[in-house]
Amino acid sequence: MSAAVDAFIPADEHSPSGTDCGLVIFIDRQLASEWGGGAKMYRSGPYHKGKPEQGYQLALTPRQFFQTGIAEANAWSRKTHGKEFDRLAPADQVAALKAMEEGKAAFAGVPSRMFFNMLLSMAMDGFFADPAYGGNRNAASWKMLGFPGLPATYADIFEEYRNKRYVAPPRSMADFS
Amino acid sequence: MATRLKDVDAVMVGMGWTGAIMARELTKAGLSVVGIERGPDRVPGENFILPAIRDELRYVQRLELMQDNSTDTITFRNAAPEQALPIRRFGAFLPGEGVGGSGLHWGALHWRFLPADFRIRSHLRERYGAKAIPDDMTIEDWPVSYDELEPYYDKFDKLCGASGQAGNLKGKSIAGGNPFEGPRSNPYPNKPIMSAAASLMYADAARSLGYHPFPAPVAITSAPYTNAEGVALGECQYCGYCNRMACEANAKASANTTVLPKLRDEPKFELRTRAFVTKLIYDKHGKKVTGVIYTDMRTGEEYEQPANIVVLSSFVFGNTQAMLLAGIGEPYDRATGKGVVGKNYCYQFEAGAAAFFEDKEWNPYMGSAGVGVCIDDFNGENFDHSGLGFFGGGYIAGGPAAAPPIAGRNVPHGTPRWGAEWKQATVKWYNRVARFNTQGSVYANRENFMDLDPTYKDAFGRPLLRLTYNGTENDHKMSRYLLAKLEGVIKAMNPTHYEMHPRPRNFTVVPYQSTHNTGGTMMGANPKTSAVNRYLQAWDAHNLFVMGASVFPQQHGYNPTGTVGALAYWAANAITSQYLKSPGHLVHA
Repeated sequence: MSAAVDAFIPADEHSPSGTDCGLVIFIDRQLASEWGGGAKMYRSGPYHKGKPEQGYQLALTPRQFFQTGIAEANAWSRKTHGKEFDRLAPADQVAALKAMEEGKAAFAGVPSRMFFNMLLSMAMDGFFADPAYGGNRNAASWKMLGFPGLPATYADIFEEYRNKRYVAPPRSMADFS
Repeated sequence: MATRLKDVDAVMVGMGWTGAIMARELTKAGLSVVGIERGPDRVPGENFILPAIRDELRYVQRLELMQDNSTDTITFRNAAPEQALPIRRFGAFLPGEGVGGSGLHWGALHWRFLPADFRIRSHLRERYGAKAIPDDMTIEDWPVSYDELEPYYDKFDKLCGASGQAGNLKGKSIAGGNPFEGPRSNPYPNKPIMSAAASLMYADAARSLGYHPFPAPVAITSAPYTNAEGVALGECQYCGYCNRMACEANAKASANTTVLPKLRDEPKFELRTRAFVTKLIYDKHGKKVTGVIYTDMRTGEEYEQPANIVVLSSFVFGNTQAMLLAGIGEPYDRATGKGVVGKNYCYQFEAGAAAFFEDKEWNPYMGSAGVGVCIDDFNGENFDHSGLGFFGGGYIAGGPAAAPPIAGRNVPHGTPRWGAEWKQATVKWYNRVARFNTQGSVYANRENFMDLDPTYKDAFGRPLLRLTYNGTENDHKMSRYLLAKLEGVIKAMNPTHYEMHPRPRNFTVVPYQSTHNTGGTMMGANPKTSAVNRYLQAWDAHNLFVMGASVFPQQHGYNPTGTVGALAYWAANAITSQYLKSPGHLVHA
């Protein structure tokens, strides 16, 4: 997982790496959350594959889907590259992620593209969410964007900054709690 | 066996905009009213507070305020021969749950339909010929006119403290407003929200092409305002957290901020939350609904609430499902075109664009739904459709509502979705993007409808509602036409780069598009072709009144809530001024 989130968010002059921003722990917590456990999700059968237009149709919760996807990604990596994903050279990891993104990685069960999209969207959620969630440590992504966070009350300066960059150190929910 | 409770004068099934407005008007008339809401209570000042409300992950991504699909959902297919499957988590549209309903997390765009929209079938026949409307286009005239509804639009404006610029005051044209709008009896209660930089550029470009730009009208107070109920509303803070959120400044109007503060103090009103209505008790011979059955979700106990008047004020899907389950009104039959309940399901045909400006530097996270600028030159019958091969249209908006960091980042098409290059592009463009939207109409088609699913059930064992919907050729042509007009304006803005986002051929249940679902219990002048009459009274149950966008005969090129609010006041007036004096059918077919 570290390898994947570091490929998504590599360290450079704009931010630390995904791992250093806390994305691995963020994803773990999200999967352990009610959302990861399938809260507010209709889960009754019968199950059919359906058309892509009909959206997600699996019986698995996000947590179960993700666990399955990780196992299948490693099995596929062993089969095609001789070792598990986290032990591949960085360039091979990027190539493997691209194969999943394009749906070219033949997973045994869950579609590789669907797994990739879930992994990517969780990483982006965490990187850009409030730092209180643990995936945007020190508001790294907010600094990168120039997003000031809270309290977000701009009525008095909206006109003044209409065509001019507003700069303020980002503040998290945690800074107000 | 359900425990039978004490009779009340009226019961509301759902406590969003319409349930709250109706409950308020009926208590003013002296009636005892119970408001039943499946979700939790949501109270301004307790639930919508800093810092917790500024949480994009919780509200925008994890959908805190939306319907719990583990209890119920709908099934979906593109066309009748296909197998419908459950939408396991809502995506394309997001009905709300809890007090305030979808009117709590809405974007608060506040529109009226055009006078011609209300008589669209007649209008098209008069203008383009008796055979102009294709056989499968099942659009209908509304059984109420713009002029009749105008005082109620006005009333809803004053409840919300709406902000905007009038373009037509009692027939007099006002510069800077929408010249195509129907005559208003009063200006907006508040001046427009300030426009964003990109919106002002859009306005200039539109004007240079001969179009008529004006600030987006919103149910958001641009200044402190005391509304018609005597409730003090706040002032927009341009925080950028409108959509999918509640407003901590009490500026974005919801039932919670505008009506409920008074209603909660009303001794004749009782609110029951976490109470799920599973059944309307229908007396077919008496043509009456005698009450409702609901489950108290906190205890699992089942209750019967008898009432003299039953108001169906849930979302489009819940309203339609409740009538189908109770057997009130003839279910629509696609094969024969007969029947009414489930008929004329429509959606909003939105499409958009993004333009990138290398030499600009904006603050895209600041904003409100009202910072956009709109043109209405290509809506409804504001333009000539001769030779175009479609009917309908929509307003075209320029300028971002707001761009929060998770959901509001655009990079040019073709940029990788991750890695160093993606990061570089994100940093470069986040502050330099303008976004655009076309709010296209959906003109009803006989193939698009709702009925009960034969396979899937909800948590109570009731059949789910089944939606059969796809975009029609008419609506796709309309949408492409609007996008072409929009593209002309964008070109005139001279961006570094731009891209148009046309709709895919097939409707899909993800990603998010619009929560403007309409139809299913349509209003009309004839019981053979509509489920409710002009006062939203069910033809087959005189004490059942059905609220909300489920009564729309079709969806026009505007956000629906302005009309939903006006219709709630219109129906409430019919009940208090006519029905209470002589309970029975208000319209005789």
